[in-house]
Amino acid sequence: MNINTTKIISLLFFIFSAFYLYTAYQIQVFAFDENAPFNARTFPIYLGYAGLFFSGLKLVLPEPNTIKVDHKNLEYKKTAILIVIAIIYGATILKVGYFLTTSLFLFSSYYFLGERRWVLMFLLSFPFVAAFMYLLHGVLDIYLRDPFLQSIGVMG
Amino acid sequence: MIEGILIGLTTALTLQNILMVMVGCFFGTIIGMLPGLGPMTAIALMIPITYGFDPATGLILMAGVYYGAVFGGSTSSILLNAPGVPGTVATSFDGYPMAQQGKAGKALAIAAWSSFAGGTLSAIYLLFMAPSLSKVSLSFRSPDYFALMILGLTAIAAFSSKGQFLKAMMMVVLGLMLASVGQDSLSDITRFTFDNMNLTDGISFVLVVMATFAMSEALTIILKRNDPTSAAKQVSLTELGSIKINKEERTKMYKTIPRSSIIGFLIGVLPGAGATIASFLAYGMERNVVNDEEKEKFGKGSVNGLSAPETANNAACSGSFVPMLTLGIPGSGTTAVMLGALLGFGVQPGPRLYMTNPEIFWSIIMSMYIGMVILLILNLPLIPYIARILAVPKNYLIPLILFFSVTGIYVMSFNNFDIYLMIGIAVVATFLRLYDFPMPPLILAFVLGGLMEENLRRSLLLSNGSWEFLWDRALTACILLTTILIVIWHVYKTMFKKTNN
Repeated sequence: MNINTTKIISLLFFIFSAFYLYTAYQIQVFAFDENAPFNARTFPIYLGYAGLFFSGLKLVLPEPNTIKVDHKNLEYKKTAILIVIAIIYGATILKVGYFLTTSLFLFSSYYFLGERRWVLMFLLSFPFVAAFMYLLHGVLDIYLRDPFLQSIGVMG
Repeated sequence: MIEGILIGLTTALTLQNILMVMVGCFFGTIIGMLPGLGPMTAIALMIPITYGFDPATGLILMAGVYYGAVFGGSTSSILLNAPGVPGTVATSFDGYPMAQQGKAGKALAIAAWSSFAGGTLSAIYLLFMAPSLSKVSLSFRSPDYFALMILGLTAIAAFSSKGQFLKAMMMVVLGLMLASVGQDSLSDITRFTFDNMNLTDGISFVLVVMATFAMSEALTIILKRNDPTSAAKQVSLTELGSIKINKEERTKMYKTIPRSSIIGFLIGVLPGAGATIASFLAYGMERNVVNDEEKEKFGKGSVNGLSAPETANNAACSGSFVPMLTLGIPGSGTTAVMLGALLGFGVQPGPRLYMTNPEIFWSIIMSMYIGMVILLILNLPLIPYIARILAVPKNYLIPLILFFSVTGIYVMSFNNFDIYLMIGIAVVATFLRLYDFPMPPLILAFVLGGLMEENLRRSLLLSNGSWEFLWDRALTACILLTTILIVIWHVYKTMFKKTNN
């Protein structure tokens, strides 16, 4: 059986809207605001119903132009690796610091995308990040926390 | 007005701001040339950097990026038949055949002069129209604003994705839902935060733009195995030919440019329409007004056929600033991003902008013109070399886009929760893009969410909970009627097309 993915997305959006609507009804408002013409939950409630309406319509109406995606031609592996690298970046940046984490993030991304020109990979990661960091920290005065550089005495 | 123009010129013509326009135009041209990466991605990547400057400089930089990206899109349409943005598709109809005939230099020159003329004329229209519209819009009340936002969101959903109105409306609702996360602006009650302190202030606008455009664009390129830089490697520096335009060609352009600029500007002013529709309409109109001999040349390298869409798409870019500057309601995804950036600077666009922050209002208008001049001076002779820069391999380009995205978010919040949230939104957006769910309606809705709730709140409180405010005033009723007409026209068009098929 050929499953129409757009319909599945619409169904997921319908469920999401139902959850959103349920959560909107749970928003605690002040007692004096409970019967006001407009309170903190009014707009979200309308949005929940709008979500149910549009996704419901998409579910029941026939799909004139079915979009076919050839999953065999999609590069899931590299995409997933890049996402994992970005997650690791998020997990380590506060502890290790901007310079080292960002440089390693760039270097590993080049590597996993198939690049093997080591010198260029190095130049476009460590010195590049150092230059960018100087632009942000030194020129634009945007503070960047970096425990690693502080520990080796490069940053004050 | 003269005083305003002088204020704008004084602000825009400082050394720093001229440098910003140049950097913006250059950077925008490079990003705009890459098929798939348009002005929104270019502007999104620039936002964190603009926060290091004052609002006027930041906006001047973004305006430069915007025009540069539109021009870059035209270049790849002409040289590679690969439009960087939808607004330059019509440019490739006659630009690419001209390039194939060995007249790529001439085609680029016609495109550059037409863009310049279209942008200049529309900047003049904007100069006169924006202050008058600002005065008119001072009489707008909350119900009118609420109705205008409904119109803007419906229009962008109707125009942004062909035959995908419901999908676009779902994205509008999703954008509004994302905007509702965090503290309620009036009562400070937290909503949809699930006791997570990181969500109390809501989801950052920059985060949503970066995730749905820059990051998801990069992931989509990897996922679909596209290589936006591969086509640039084919560009030959030696085969561009002369960039000189002869007298006969100039005469043709003199006739085309004024009419196309008017169409472009007017379409640009309409919410949701923008450069794509403007360029196609101008192309179609031009084919109808020229003589039979010239009509035959359309699609085979016609000067009129190239000049018309180029003039119109640049004029539409300026036109799209009108609703943003005068009403505070963006008419397109790109101006929505700029509005979000303005709000980030603490500047509230709208009818009072040109009274409270005249230097910002006028410097944006003036920087548009300066941007056009710089594009013409810098880009035209440098285009073959800029195209060479694009031969940077995908393996470097994608990590660099990801780098600018995550760094952009990190330097704004110094919080890794935002990085995780951005990755999550980007993954969902990438998946939605695969199935043609458009992202600009989501961004516009996200930007307008807070304003929309605020205006609905005021309207309902003033009318004591009654929805009669929607038809009490003639202006509100007219705006809503227009919205209904757009929906009816769209449904009719879809059904009529289906019957024809």
